[in-house]
Amino acid sequence: MLPEINSQLPILNPQPPTGEVAQVDARGLDYRELNRRVDDLLASGAGEIEIRGVHGQRYIASRIRRPVNFRIHGTPGNDLAAFSDGVRLEVFGDAQDGVGNTMNSGEIIVHGRAGDIVGMGMRGGRIFIRDEVGYRTAIHMKEYREQRPVIVIGVMGQDFLGEYMAGGVVVILNLPPRNPKSFSRPPAFIGTGIHGGKIFFRGKLEPYQTGKEVGFDCPDEKEKELLNGIIRDYSNYFSQNLDHVIPDDFLKLYPKNLRPYGRLYAY
Amino acid sequence: MKSYLPAEFIIERNEDRCIRCLACVRQCGFETHVYDAEEDSLLSKEELCVGCLRCVTICPTRALTVRTNPSEPRPNANWTREHLRDVARQAESGGVILTGSGNDKPIRSYWDHLYLNASQVTNPSIDPLREPMELRTYLGKKPDTFNPGDAKTRESECSNVRIETPLLFSAMSFGAISLQAMQSLAQAASEYGTLFNTGEGGLPSELVDYGKSAIVQCASGRFGVNWEYLNNSAIVEIKIGQGAKPGIGGHLPGEKVLAKVAETRMIPMGTDALSPAPQHDIYSIEDLSMLIYALKEATNYRKPISVKIAAVHNAAAIATGMVRAGADMIVIDGIRGGTGAAPKLIRDHVGIPIELALAAVDSRLREEGIRNWASLVAAGGFRSAADVIKAIALGADAVYLGTAALVAMGCTICQKCYTGICNWGICTNRPELAKRLNPDVAARRLENLLRAWSLEIKEILGGMGVNAIESLRGNRLQLRGVGLEEWELRVLGVKGAGE
Amino acid sequence: MKNLRTFNNPYRDDKVFEGCAIFALLNQAGKNVSGEPVFRAIANMRNRGNGLGGGFAVYGIYPEYAEHYALHVMYDDPAAREEVECYLKDRFDIAEEEEVPTRKTPAVSHPPQVFRYFLKPRAGWMDDVTEDERMIRAVMDINTGIKDAFVFSSGKNMGVFKGVGHPETMAEYFRLDEYRGYLWTAHSRFPTNSRAWWGGAHPFSILDWTVIHNGEVSSYGINRRYLEMFGYACTLETDTEVLAYIVDLLARRQRLPMSLVTKIMAPPLWEEIERMKEPERSELIKLRQVYGSLLVNGPFAVVIAHHGEMIGLNDRIRLRPMTAGIGGENLYISSEEASIRLVCPELDEFWSPQGGDPIVGKVKLETPALHVPVRPLVSDEDRAGLKVGGLI
Repeated sequence: MLPEINSQLPILNPQPPTGEVAQVDARGLDYRELNRRVDDLLASGAGEIEIRGVHGQRYIASRIRRPVNFRIHGTPGNDLAAFSDGVRLEVFGDAQDGVGNTMNSGEIIVHGRAGDIVGMGMRGGRIFIRDEVGYRTAIHMKEYREQRPVIVIGVMGQDFLGEYMAGGVVVILNLPPRNPKSFSRPPAFIGTGIHGGKIFFRGKLEPYQTGKEVGFDCPDEKEKELLNGIIRDYSNYFSQNLDHVIPDDFLKLYPKNLRPYGRLYAY
Repeated sequence: MKSYLPAEFIIERNEDRCIRCLACVRQCGFETHVYDAEEDSLLSKEELCVGCLRCVTICPTRALTVRTNPSEPRPNANWTREHLRDVARQAESGGVILTGSGNDKPIRSYWDHLYLNASQVTNPSIDPLREPMELRTYLGKKPDTFNPGDAKTRESECSNVRIETPLLFSAMSFGAISLQAMQSLAQAASEYGTLFNTGEGGLPSELVDYGKSAIVQCASGRFGVNWEYLNNSAIVEIKIGQGAKPGIGGHLPGEKVLAKVAETRMIPMGTDALSPAPQHDIYSIEDLSMLIYALKEATNYRKPISVKIAAVHNAAAIATGMVRAGADMIVIDGIRGGTGAAPKLIRDHVGIPIELALAAVDSRLREEGIRNWASLVAAGGFRSAADVIKAIALGADAVYLGTAALVAMGCTICQKCYTGICNWGICTNRPELAKRLNPDVAARRLENLLRAWSLEIKEILGGMGVNAIESLRGNRLQLRGVGLEEWELRVLGVKGAGE
Repeated sequence: MKNLRTFNNPYRDDKVFEGCAIFALLNQAGKNVSGEPVFRAIANMRNRGNGLGGGFAVYGIYPEYAEHYALHVMYDDPAAREEVECYLKDRFDIAEEEEVPTRKTPAVSHPPQVFRYFLKPRAGWMDDVTEDERMIRAVMDINTGIKDAFVFSSGKNMGVFKGVGHPETMAEYFRLDEYRGYLWTAHSRFPTNSRAWWGGAHPFSILDWTVIHNGEVSSYGINRRYLEMFGYACTLETDTEVLAYIVDLLARRQRLPMSLVTKIMAPPLWEEIERMKEPERSELIKLRQVYGSLLVNGPFAVVIAHHGEMIGLNDRIRLRPMTAGIGGENLYISSEEASIRLVCPELDEFWSPQGGDPIVGKVKLETPALHVPVRPLVSDEDRAGLKVGGLI
C-alpha cells in the first residue's frame, strides 16, 4: 500500500522567472513552511524573493537550481543555500554555520559575520562575508573545470581555515574585527592538509599558524588582478572604502604538494 | 635499502606444459612474469606476486601453480609470519601498512554458530519450486499505523523503495573500482530489481540511466554531489563510517584520479581525493539530523535517506539516535566489511562483528518502539545465502554484498586493491587492466549470484513453512546457537540449541 | 542501594548518548528578570532537540529563603516522599516545604511529583564538616539510597526545573513565567534512547553549581575513573554529570580559580604551550601533567553556572557551536546566534570564542539582589584579571 518512489527529476519550472519581487514574512514559520512558500512563489512566477524576519530557519534556498535573487533580513539558520546551484543571495544580518555547504554555483553575500564551515565542500560560486567567520572555513573546498569557487572574508577566520582544501580561492582581507574576543589568539592550522587551490592572506603570518603542507609566495600579476577585482567587488557590495587594501600586501598560501600524504603509507 | 621481505608466494611452471604463449607475462599487472627472448625462457619474479591467480586461471595449458611460500622462519606462535613481515615493511618504509578487502583474521563467525529451523509434522514445509515464495522487500520508513484517509497526504513522509530480493550491492566507489565493474553492478542490480551503491565517488555519466537502481552516497568528501546526483537516485545514503575502517576517512591517491574519475568526482585530474574522517558538518547527533533534513530538503522529501555506520561498541545507542534524527534506513557495517584501501591496523582491530551489532541494534529499536521508522541493512562479509538468512532472522531487512559481488566478478581477495593494479580488471582504473572485465559477462555472473542466493533463501523459507520474507525477518525463534557463551546468546537474542 | 543508572541508562551503554541546544542569560547587574526571552530563545532551536528532555536552572528565585538550601526533589512514587522527608527531618531544620507549583500541560504525560524544601543542616549532624559537605552527603544519600527519589538541585536561592518534553513545555508546566532570576540556563535535549527519565534532563546540579552541555565527552571513561578516586559516584552515567563533578572537585574542593579549571578541561595544545612565555608555559605543562585525566576530549560546548558567575566553554578545537552576545546588562550564550538575535536584536557585542577560550560572565559582587553570601571561589589575583562579561 505504500507509494512507490517517485524518481522523476525536475521539481521546478526550468524557465528563469521574470516576475516581480515576492515578499515573505518568516516570523513564526518553521523552515519547511518557509521553503515551501518560496517554492510556491517561484512556481507562480516570482523573480526575486525578499524574506523578512528570519530567525534561524535552516536550508533557505537549498533546493533552488537557477539564478533567483534572494534578499534575507534577519539571521538565517544553518546550511544556508546548501547544495544550491545558481541562486544569488544577500543576507542583511549575520549567518550561522554551514553557509554554502556543498554549493555548486551562485553567489552569497553576507552583510555581517558567519559561523563555522563556510563553503564546506563547495564546488563553484562565490561567497562574500563582510566580517569574521568561524572555524574550518572552506574546508574541503574544491574546483572542477571552469568551476572555481571563491570565498572572501572581510575580517578573519578562526582556526583550521582551508583545511583539506582541494581547490578554489580564499581571500582574507584582515580588516579590523568587529569584536576582537573572537580572536583571543592568532588563528592557527590555516591550510592544514591543503592539496589544491590558494589562500590569499593580507598581512603577516607566523609559520606556526599554517599547516605543514602550505607553501608561501607573493601573488603573481594575474593573481593581483584577481585580487583587485575581489577588493573592488567587496567594497561595492559592502559600500566600504578599501583604497588602503592593495594586492601587494597579500601573502599567497599554496599547497606545496598535490599529494600531502604520499609518504604516509607502506605499500 | 635492501629489502628483507621474503616472497609471499612461489610460482611453479610446468615446463612440459608451457607453450611460451606469454599470456602470463601479459596478464600480470605486477610484472611478475618476465620472458627472456634470447634464452626463450620464462622467469618469475616471485617477490612481486600477490597470489591473485590470474595467470593460473588464464594459462591455456594449466602450466602454472602459485603456492604460499613454504619457507618458514622458526615457528613462533606469538611472532607470526605476518607480524615479522609487517615490522620489516615498516622498518623499510616508516609508513602505515595499507591493505585492501576485508578483515582476514579468524574472528569468530557467529553465523557458523547459528542454526536454522525447519518444519516437521506440526506445520508443513512449502515447496518453493512450485508454490509462491516472496522475497520482495520495501526499504524506507513505515508509518506506525495505516490511516486510509491519510495515505495521500503523507506520501512524501514514507516513500519506500522496492527491491525484489533482500540483497543489495554495497558501496564501492568509482575510482576504487573500474567503470566496468560499476557498470556490471548497476546492470545486474537493475535487471534483477535491486540496488547498487555508488560509494562516495559520484555516478559516472555513462551510468546516469541506472539512477533508479542507485543508492547514491553523500560522504565526507562530497565528491560528485550536486542536485542532479542526489535526485537521480533511489536512496541517498549518508556515509558516516564503514566496517573496514571505522573512524577514519578515505584517500584516493592522485595517480588514480584519471580523467574519468576526475570528471565523476568533479575534481581536477591527478589531485588526491581525500575524504575527511568525519563529515565536517556532523559532530553530534543533532548535526546528523541537520544533514538528513538538508538532503530531504534538497530532494524535496522524495528520497529515503539512509545513514551508514561501522559497527562499533555503542552501535545500538547510536542507531536509535540515527533513527530519531530522521534516517529512513540505517546500515550497520561489521568488522569483516571490505575496503579498497585501509590501514591494516584499523581493518583488523577496530569495530565489532556484524552479527552482534545487528542483533543489538534490532533489539534496541524494538525496545524503543521505533523499529518501523527505519529499514535496517546489515553489511560486512556475507559469504553465502546462509549468512544472509541468519542476518534476516536476526532482524535485517536486507544485506549489502560487497566482497561476494567482487568474487562473483572474478576477485580472488588478494588484498591488493589499494595498489590500483587489479589483474581481474575490477579494482583498477588502468585502461589495459579494466578492459579485461566485460560488463555484460560480469553482470551475468552477478545476476546469477543474486538468483542463486535468492533461490537458496526461498528453499530455507519453504523449509520453515513460510512463504514470505517478512515472516523470517526478525524471527529469532528460527535460530538456535551452538557453542556460544551465555552473554553471546543474550546479545544475539537467541536460545541455545535444544532449548 | 538503588542504582540510578537503571533509570537513566537502562540499556547499560558506556554512557548516555545525546545531543542538544543550549542557551543561557545572565543579567550582569544581578537584577532578577523574567525568563520569557529564554523560553523563546531555546524554543527557537527546537530542531536541535527531540522533545525528550528540557530543563532550566534559575538563580535568584528564592530571596526570602536565601540563607537556606533549596532542595528540589523529584518523586516517581509518593512513598519515596515519606522516606525522603523522614531522612531530612532527622538531619535538617526545614523552614518550608511544598510541592513545586505546576500547571496542567497537555504535552506532559505522567509527570513525577516535584517538591522543594528550604532547609539547613541541624547542629549535631556531621558537625565536623562544612554545611556544603553535609548537603552533598544528603544529596548522595537520597540519590543512591532512596528508591524513586532524585534530587534536581540543592543550592541556595536557585533551582533546577526539568523533565521529559521540549524545554518550552517544561517552562509552561513548572510555571516558570512566574519566576524571576538573574541567571537562567536552558537546555533542549536529544537523547538517542526514548526511555528518557525526568532526572536525566539537563541541567545537572550539585549545590549551586549547574551544568548544561552539548556534545559528547569522548574521554568519559577516564574522566569518570579519575573522579571515582575522589569519591564521586557517577551514578547517572552521563558525560554532563562528569563535567559537574570535575568543576566541583577543582573549583570547590581544590579551590582552583575558574581560569585554571577551564585550562584543565580544555588545555592548549602542546605546541601552543611550547610557544608560551614563562611562567605560563611551565604552569600549563604542570597542569597537563597533574590533571591529564581530566582533559575533556571530544566535542563539547558547556555552560557552567553558580551564584554570581556563568562560564561558557568549548573543547580545544571547537567541535560544537557556541556564541555569546551582550545587550545592555545581559550576557547571552547560545548554540545558535539566531536565538540571541530573536530576543535581543540589537546587541552591543557579539562573538564566538575560539576553542578552549572561555566566556566568563560575572555579576558585580556588591549587587544586593543576590541575597547570598558569595564564597571566594576565585583568588584575588585571578579576579583582578577578570572583567564582567569578558575573557580571562
